[in-house]
Amino acid sequence: MSSPSDTLHESSPAPTEANPHREALEQAYGPLEYSVYRGQQRVVVPAEKSFDVLALLKQRGFDLLVDVSCVDYLEYRGATDRYGLIYLLASTTSNERLTVRAFVNDPEPAIASVVPLWKAANWLEREVWDMFGIHFTGHPDLRRLVMPEAFTAHPLRKDYPLQGRGERHNFPVITRDHS
Amino acid sequence: MALTQPVSQPGASHLDLPENVVVSRLDELASWCRKNSLWPMPFATACCGIELMATGAAKHDLARFGAEVFRFSPRQCDLMIVAGRVVMKMLPVLQRIWQQMHEPKWCISMGACASTGGVFDTYAVVQGIDRFIPVDMYVPGCPPRPEQLIQAIIDLQDKIQREGTITGREFNTRQRQQRKRALVEIPQLLTVDASRNPNLQRQLAGSARDLHDPSDLQ
Repeated sequence: MSSPSDTLHESSPAPTEANPHREALEQAYGPLEYSVYRGQQRVVVPAEKSFDVLALLKQRGFDLLVDVSCVDYLEYRGATDRYGLIYLLASTTSNERLTVRAFVNDPEPAIASVVPLWKAANWLEREVWDMFGIHFTGHPDLRRLVMPEAFTAHPLRKDYPLQGRGERHNFPVITRDHS
Repeated sequence: MALTQPVSQPGASHLDLPENVVVSRLDELASWCRKNSLWPMPFATACCGIELMATGAAKHDLARFGAEVFRFSPRQCDLMIVAGRVVMKMLPVLQRIWQQMHEPKWCISMGACASTGGVFDTYAVVQGIDRFIPVDMYVPGCPPRPEQLIQAIIDLQDKIQREGTITGREFNTRQRQQRKRALVEIPQLLTVDASRNPNLQRQLAGSARDLHDPSDLQ
């Protein structure tokens, strides 16, 4: 999934340059979609292998989980999968950064939780569950983070209307009579 | 005591009142006290809250209107100022705080978001708090200037004086339902008895246009 602007700005380091992380990953999991954009490394992994890949990357020095996020590619041009999960990793020792992506699909999109690797993933994955309805298997406390607990939808999905389905008006009315 | 006009009632004129004594109704007095000592409950959730703070600060000095005593316990307040957008998760809190306030109590919806949802027409934002709690005054603006909030408090003071209440249980009476000052129609200006005014009779015989000339009217 590369846009024209990617090729325009493809720059250093050159793709041919030796990349120890890429070599380690491909040695363990076979060829992966690995790209470098303006010095930032990205790798796409199969969803079922994501936990093992991330565990290996943590062993290789990526000790900081910066963010877990998600994109809904519903009706996106050229997209083949619906949900794209994004893990932003960083190394506090070597100052490297790595973006790991994995795709999941309806129905019941699910992926392994990385809370056992990074405790920071706890609330990040709860937010993704809240907004997109991705189920993180193995998460210790998968509750909604932002929306009220009684909320049933996942509002950042593209098929959810911007103004909601009337949830915001579903409250008791207090008048002067009973206040 | 600023009650300037003692109420003169038929039959009461023979009473020999000492000096400096005025007679009024109890609810007039109670309303006068209440309107000049409003204690606001600041329910500030967004940028309107900044203007609310500015209103209370030295330059605009809400103390001039007796409403500077912001209290953060709803038990001590009688005016809730909702300043900012209210989301789904906050609305139950808002309703609970409103119910914790004692009667008599009033509510100002400050700013576009509290009144209508403003630009936040999205799934989580309540589109106007008056859908779910009673509101006495709406302040337009995004956010309103402190002067606008002060005007709302002055108007609310008028309303409190007009709708006098002893216990707060009279809120649903007919007085409560009377139209707000700004919505009352302007009374007819031309109620002229032409039969006593020969000058006007001449004018009426002439053209109807001259009738509207105010110089002819006493």
